[in-house]
Amino acid sequence: MPAVHGGERRWEAEAAPGMAAARPLALLVLLVLGPGGWGFADPPRDSLREELVITPLPSGDVAATFQFRTRWDSELQREGVSHYRLFPKALGQLISKYSLRELHLSFTQGFWRTRYWGPPFLQAPSGAELWVWFQDTVTDVDKSWKELSNVLSGIFCASLNFIDSTNTVIPTASFKPLGLANDTDHYFLRYAVLPREVVCTENLTPWKKLLPCSSKAGLSVLLKADRLFHTSYHSQAVHIRPVCRNAHCTSISWELRQTLSVVFDAFITGQGKKDWSLFRMFSRTLTEPCPLASESRVYVDITSYNQDNETLEVNPLPTTTYQDVILGTRKTYAVYDLHDTAIINNSRNLNLQLKWKKPPENGYIHYQPAQDRLQPHLLEMLIQLPANSVTKVSIQFERALLKWTEYTPDPNHGFYVSPSVLSALVPSMVAAKPVDWEESPLFNSLFPVSDGSNYFVRLYTEPLLVNLPTPDFSMPYNVICLTCTVVAVCYGSFYNLLTRTFRIEEPSTGGLAKRLANLIRRARGVPPL
Amino acid sequence: MLTNAGRGPLGAGCLGFSASGVGRAPVSVSSASVGPPVTPEVVRGKRAALFFAAVAIVLGLPLWWKTTETYRASLPYSEISELNALQLRLRVPVTVVFTRESVPLDDQEKLPFTVVREREIPLKYKMKIKCRFQKAYRRAFDHEEEALSSGNVQEAEAMLTVPQEQAEGSLTMYVISERSSLLPQDTMSYIGPKRTAVVRGIMHREAFNIIGRRIIQVAQAMSLTEDVLAAALADHLPEDKWSSDKRRPLKSSLGYEITFSLLNPDPKSHSVHWDIEGAVRQYVQPFLNALSAAGNFSVDSQILYYAMLGVNPRFDPTSSSYYLDTHSLPHVINPVESRLGSSAASLYPVLNFLLYVPELAHSPLYIQDKDGAPVATNAFHSPRWGGIMVYNVDSKAYNASELPVRVEVDMVRVMEVFLAQLRLLFGIAQPQVPPKCLLSGPKSEGLMTWELDRLLWARSVENLATATTTLTSLAQLLGKISNIVIKDDVASEVYSAVAAVQKAAEELASGHLASAFVASQEAVMSSERAFFDPSLLHLLYFPDDQKFAIYIPLFLPMAVPILLSLVKIFLETRKSWKNLEKTD
Repeated sequence: MPAVHGGERRWEAEAAPGMAAARPLALLVLLVLGPGGWGFADPPRDSLREELVITPLPSGDVAATFQFRTRWDSELQREGVSHYRLFPKALGQLISKYSLRELHLSFTQGFWRTRYWGPPFLQAPSGAELWVWFQDTVTDVDKSWKELSNVLSGIFCASLNFIDSTNTVIPTASFKPLGLANDTDHYFLRYAVLPREVVCTENLTPWKKLLPCSSKAGLSVLLKADRLFHTSYHSQAVHIRPVCRNAHCTSISWELRQTLSVVFDAFITGQGKKDWSLFRMFSRTLTEPCPLASESRVYVDITSYNQDNETLEVNPLPTTTYQDVILGTRKTYAVYDLHDTAIINNSRNLNLQLKWKKPPENGYIHYQPAQDRLQPHLLEMLIQLPANSVTKVSIQFERALLKWTEYTPDPNHGFYVSPSVLSALVPSMVAAKPVDWEESPLFNSLFPVSDGSNYFVRLYTEPLLVNLPTPDFSMPYNVICLTCTVVAVCYGSFYNLLTRTFRIEEPSTGGLAKRLANLIRRARGVPPL
Repeated sequence: MLTNAGRGPLGAGCLGFSASGVGRAPVSVSSASVGPPVTPEVVRGKRAALFFAAVAIVLGLPLWWKTTETYRASLPYSEISELNALQLRLRVPVTVVFTRESVPLDDQEKLPFTVVREREIPLKYKMKIKCRFQKAYRRAFDHEEEALSSGNVQEAEAMLTVPQEQAEGSLTMYVISERSSLLPQDTMSYIGPKRTAVVRGIMHREAFNIIGRRIIQVAQAMSLTEDVLAAALADHLPEDKWSSDKRRPLKSSLGYEITFSLLNPDPKSHSVHWDIEGAVRQYVQPFLNALSAAGNFSVDSQILYYAMLGVNPRFDPTSSSYYLDTHSLPHVINPVESRLGSSAASLYPVLNFLLYVPELAHSPLYIQDKDGAPVATNAFHSPRWGGIMVYNVDSKAYNASELPVRVEVDMVRVMEVFLAQLRLLFGIAQPQVPPKCLLSGPKSEGLMTWELDRLLWARSVENLATATTTLTSLAQLLGKISNIVIKDDVASEVYSAVAAVQKAAEELASGHLASAFVASQEAVMSSERAFFDPSLLHLLYFPDDQKFAIYIPLFLPMAVPILLSLVKIFLETRKSWKNLEKTD
């Protein structure tokens, strides 16, 4: 195969004789020109801001949202030579090659449970989502879209190459450009979602490589893959859009936002405790800001909910706080600026700690998780119910396929889940006198009651019938049918063959009937036929 | 009890439609042997069986054959195998211009005439390469005489080349008088920056032969030598011919991506600034413009922070510096490469040039050669990948200011090294200059015109070799595996590749270098498009046993009764023939 790359690579120092011959030549070339009169000390045309928001969620979980914003004051469209500093070259080349105006790409594992976690800063669908606005100079949008998704799948090691016309739509109303836009002809918009995409380390690594400080300094040291994927929600995204360079918007800049949101599960990660620290979440602490970043901050949501008298304690104490109305509610954030030398210098690193202060409660929960084919779940709760209240306890079932021998003869009927039990001491309306055990009727004396003010009740709920997925049991039968047909056909032809041979010989040997007749005749003593 | 009538339908019921012939057949057999006359019913059954067999053979078999055959467009197999033993003739047109007094007068009267010198270039390669220098001798025109009588070579050069531009690949040699002061006294020849050279003449009876030999020497240095072609065919030659310690130049391609990367592993200590825009504009772009005939070039640059080398440099206490020795250099690049970023936007090969500013803890950092001496340029390169230069920060800078230290990179120093490496990576080596020959100073672009021609010669030959190998292996593959579908567009690519190879060979033989190079590029492109066409793989993994598994349930019940009834009919007719003979 001629086109396969010769894999061998060799190395040689510059001092090899051929090199020595070539070097003076180049020297001469350049001395003809001499150093050109170009000026140094341009103001940096790109800037980086990084930010981490830690939000304790009402459910006891904790959400961490990273945002890295790279802004580049460059037109980036069809320039002959491009020079990249903080902006990643891989994405910059995409913008100029495919004439992109906006690009939004997200990879998400899990689903943001708004009911338990509250509204998110950035919502993203499960799987991979890509939506792109092309420049209006693009003639064949579909071709560019196809090529772009292929290239992105290479950059992010994702299956975006499965994006084709069958899963691409052109929304007309819901996906407006987020950045600068003169006109919004939706012909230049493409949108696709791949819900099956599984997000894993191989998607995170290229995403981290796009960061100027890689994962060596600043907030990005916290991005350790084995912790980030041990969470109940993981969403990483790349947003590219043009923004105004200054207040008058005379020229545009390109903005690259890399965001990453994770929700750490209190039960799995924290062994049921709701106390958090940076080290517990990420198994790292912050040691230094990224020297390339103009701003490097950590925000912690310390808004007091005043529910259940819970209060949040943050350690170390923040130097400043920030208050604003976020998503319709007033929030307070503790701000830690990593560029502020006092924050890190005291202890060489910053390990933020969150502690919930909570009044003790007299509940009791016992939970024993199931093991497949060994033991069932057991959940016991001791609850004190307020009067005139409704309490709902719901348990989620996960449906799974059984081994095929484990199915009942009637699997489509469903599988029973045993009823739950409610044992209660109910205050009695009328005070009863202590009864004599032996004397009282049998119907009243099964449950012992210590005093007369309460009586004991045990209630059972209905058993639950759960429909489990059932496989197509008829498939082995189909195979047998087919095999039988084939065998029958073969048998038929053999049978035919045999019948014919039998009848050819009939006239010469006399046949079975004649022999039988002769046997009978011999037995009777009559001469044979 | 078991009657004929009862047996027949029983067998027929098992067999379905095709059994009617079989079911009826015994009747005729028994009737033939027993003696009763052949009933019309028996004849009808026999005909029905024959009809089924006929339909199956005449209609069924061709239908099945047609619908399941793999489509294979015809390919020029014979022409491809001819390409394999192709003989390339590279014709270098050399115009030899004699000035007055350069050769004896009676020799001058023979002018103009043409001499062809052909020489086979010995390469252990199936493709034979012959090099023909076609020398056209003529007398100098007046303006040429005037130019060559000027005081020094540079002036003459300027006056000569202004009026006419020469075609790519051609050379012009001026033969000057033996006593001319144009060249320094002891030099015999001079190679100019464009496609011209000057050779000193001689007054001798064998003047033409002596001058002819000198001219060939100079022309070889300027166009084709065995070395250049061997380097171009490095991928195709056996290992013993092309030892691995020689450099392999970059593979021929339609275009190249050049990326300059500044690696700053320690941004806390160094704030490095480089004016790459200006350097590219001033140094790299003119060189690439000169080289533009060989391909498209695109240039990018980037700055990477926290990008470390994969090797810990060793400390040298005597000079209190750090060093990387030669055998650790191979391990330097791989960790860095993962940060460089793939060139997402194109398929061209990428050349990387890295400028590494070592971190404060490991500085200054020097590269040592095999003998342990520091390399003067503090740089090294890896063939077909790119080059790395280590740029040490001046140690005085640390005293003056606090961290981070602002570092302005001296781009002239850096670009000298990178451009020299770029030339090496492209395989533009220094020519083997014949003795007593003066080589002109470089042009401002850093590339002489005849160096470009040499590159194009080599690249054309390399492209032809690549295209031929691709086509040959494709033809072998298609011949060996009969399952592969050959679509019409693949076939047309193959045809155009073959045509392009032939055209390139013709153009090379007639000395048209530019069009030969273009044709050879087309040949490579078409042949690779054909070779890597995804449609070739569609049916490749469809093994025979699976096919039988699909066919048997359909074919077995159909074929068995038909065959059986045919056999029976055959046997029966033979019997009846025998009976007829007996009765006769």
